[in-house]
Amino acid sequence: MSRTPRRMHLAAHFPGVNNTTVWSDPRSGSQIDFSSFTHLARTAERGLFDFFFLAEGLRLREHNGRIHDLDVVGRPESLTVLAALAAVTDRLGLAATVSTTFNEPFELARRLATLDHLSAGRAAWNVVTSSDAFTGENFRRGGYLDRADRYTRAAEFVATARELWDSWTPDGEPRPFAHRGRHFGIEGEFTVPRSPQGHPVVIQAGDSPEGRAFAASAADVVFTRHSTLAAGRAFYADVKGRLAAYGREPDALKIMPGVTVVLGDSDAEARERAAGIRLQQVSPQGALLALEQVWGRDLSSYDPDGPLPDIDPDPGATLARGRVTHGDPLETAARWRALSKEKGLSIRQTVVEATGRQSFIGSPETVAAALTEFVAEDAADGFILVPHLTPGGLDDFVDRVVPLLQERGAFRTEYAGPTLRSHLGLAAPDR
Amino acid sequence: MSVTTAPLHLAAEIGGPPRYDPGHYTGLARLAERGALDFVTLGDSFARPGPDALAVLSRVAPATDRIGLVPTVTTTHTEPFHVSSAVATLDWVSRGRAGWLVDVSTTGAEARLFGRRPAAPADALWREAGETADVSARLWDSWEDDAEIRDVATGRFVDRDRLHHVDFEGEFFSVRGPAIVPRPPQGHPVVVVDGTAGPAAHTAARHADVVLVRATAPERAAALRADLRRRAEAYGRDPRTLRVLVALTVDLGDAETAPEPGLDSGPPLAAGGSYYRGGPVDLAELIIRWHRGGAADGFHLTPITPGRDLERIVNCTVALLQHRGLFRTFHPGGTLREHLGLARPANRYALEGGRA
Repeated sequence: MSRTPRRMHLAAHFPGVNNTTVWSDPRSGSQIDFSSFTHLARTAERGLFDFFFLAEGLRLREHNGRIHDLDVVGRPESLTVLAALAAVTDRLGLAATVSTTFNEPFELARRLATLDHLSAGRAAWNVVTSSDAFTGENFRRGGYLDRADRYTRAAEFVATARELWDSWTPDGEPRPFAHRGRHFGIEGEFTVPRSPQGHPVVIQAGDSPEGRAFAASAADVVFTRHSTLAAGRAFYADVKGRLAAYGREPDALKIMPGVTVVLGDSDAEARERAAGIRLQQVSPQGALLALEQVWGRDLSSYDPDGPLPDIDPDPGATLARGRVTHGDPLETAARWRALSKEKGLSIRQTVVEATGRQSFIGSPETVAAALTEFVAEDAADGFILVPHLTPGGLDDFVDRVVPLLQERGAFRTEYAGPTLRSHLGLAAPDR
Repeated sequence: MSVTTAPLHLAAEIGGPPRYDPGHYTGLARLAERGALDFVTLGDSFARPGPDALAVLSRVAPATDRIGLVPTVTTTHTEPFHVSSAVATLDWVSRGRAGWLVDVSTTGAEARLFGRRPAAPADALWREAGETADVSARLWDSWEDDAEIRDVATGRFVDRDRLHHVDFEGEFFSVRGPAIVPRPPQGHPVVVVDGTAGPAAHTAARHADVVLVRATAPERAAALRADLRRRAEAYGRDPRTLRVLVALTVDLGDAETAPEPGLDSGPPLAAGGSYYRGGPVDLAELIIRWHRGGAADGFHLTPITPGRDLERIVNCTVALLQHRGLFRTFHPGGTLREHLGLARPANRYALEGGRA
């Protein structure tokens, strides 16, 4: 028995500092010229995507005390480039990742509200926390916040921003505000009237228990790493299940995993392409570096085409600075060893297989079916697509997959309203 | 006084009573661009209603082609690293037309917006502003122009020897670096300071490319200009790399009509009486007289009523100057530095490394 599929949401991510952009491909364009951002944004808008998404980088990564040079680096400041993109787009949402640790509520709320006005209601804010002293060396505040404080500061930061966004009268007059909390004691008048969306859309990307609680209480969209069906369903059920406790409907929060798509004329061609991309993403040098990040030791003498090291990882090491770590190094190393042994893989081959996060590989029909199924199975409300080529990496998806999603009734055929909230099906918040 | 045929530079403020719709600012910037002005400024303050000026001019950038875009960014309650990144990004999205009007937040009310102690005295605020300009320049240099190498053989996207920690340790903050934004198209976006008097003048002499001075007479403007150039030289700078513009508030309306309501929430009237009220033709004559006498390298005009007065400036004042061959009729160059006749600065780290 068929039923009308749930309509999904789609977003386009122009990756920040990353090791998935295949910059060696001649089709890979500038990572900093405004024309690259215009291209990807306009492609996304042509595909009727909900929004365009930028990450944040506050300190160049270092490895072994030296600046890390294998990854794409060099980024525009997000809110500034989004303001410019507001001029070359019409409906596309514009989302910036901005840290609550190295900003102050008054100033950031002002910048976000300004973007919402300048884009006629398309601004969004991905709330992240950064707690390390390494990044803090670029800022007055340093990196003094301990981990527990990260989230309490972030929660109070978002609450304060909302108070500021609501502070003008409905007639458009400034009204004094005062906020006294654990992290912020501020007062005065906000300089911006309530913007077209009421509040910019709030996105959150944490995966920890505190992150999920924060998302359930305060966010409109969750950006997750869970891009497999099983992991997606578990995360979806968990986070959606928390909403009622905050008096929120299940539809009030959209869950969107970051995913990659590799297309081919056939499934087989797509798989071949995907394998080639993995090899381009993991150079021999990159493979050794990935290994060093797990092992915490200098492994530069090892051959990337040779076997994994016999020696054990040093779990206390901090070889890599500025990188978010996932999981316990000893456990990861054990898993990689098992994989290598099972399939007879070299260092490079192991890293290719173990760290690959390619989500949807196949012909346009296969990919459209898989995306639709993911949403139908309650593993996501939509997807944030991360192309491996910028700026042209979503051209094919928009040309070939979006029409199929539309045919199935799984995606919009037009923008129904002017704001990002209308694309996401979110009501404007009450004052 | 000496007669000069040095190029004339013109700029205009496009702020006024608070507006939040981008079309308003885009229209004014395009108008100024039709007049071939060097740049527009947009004031910004936490102390009164108004949008974030840098964001507004970033929104304006793709809709304009040549004109320089100079927002005010205050330094007292901001992170220097963020200021540097945002201004660099404005330079990228405008393809080399960005500037930054450095200003400070002097009031206790502004400090309370950030939960901070009462405002520091002016000289401390301006020393801090100077440090922000200083570290920004270092951050803009922290990426050499050719740091991005995309070397497939070694898998390196960047050459780490062309990325530099700035290791800035100042009186008010420290910043390690490098920047996260590659070196801007102009090398350094243009730094503008109102350096008429006091501690701001020190900061201007040390760090500014363009200094605005308020003066009621050409002799006073000439004296301020000479003094700034002397001070700049004392700081080891070539005084010919400074552009001193006389800042005038202009009211080109009829004497009978009052300025637009809500003016107290717009940019403050320039102090010291450098306020011109009259017709656009007489304004052109004033500009010619002062410029020919060597009083200034140009003028920065703040219209009392932005829409009306800017139109009269462009269609009448500038048209007259152009007709007399005293002002450009189009922008031959693409960057703000080119309009101002300022060289693109060499990268200090590349110089140190013998590579510039």
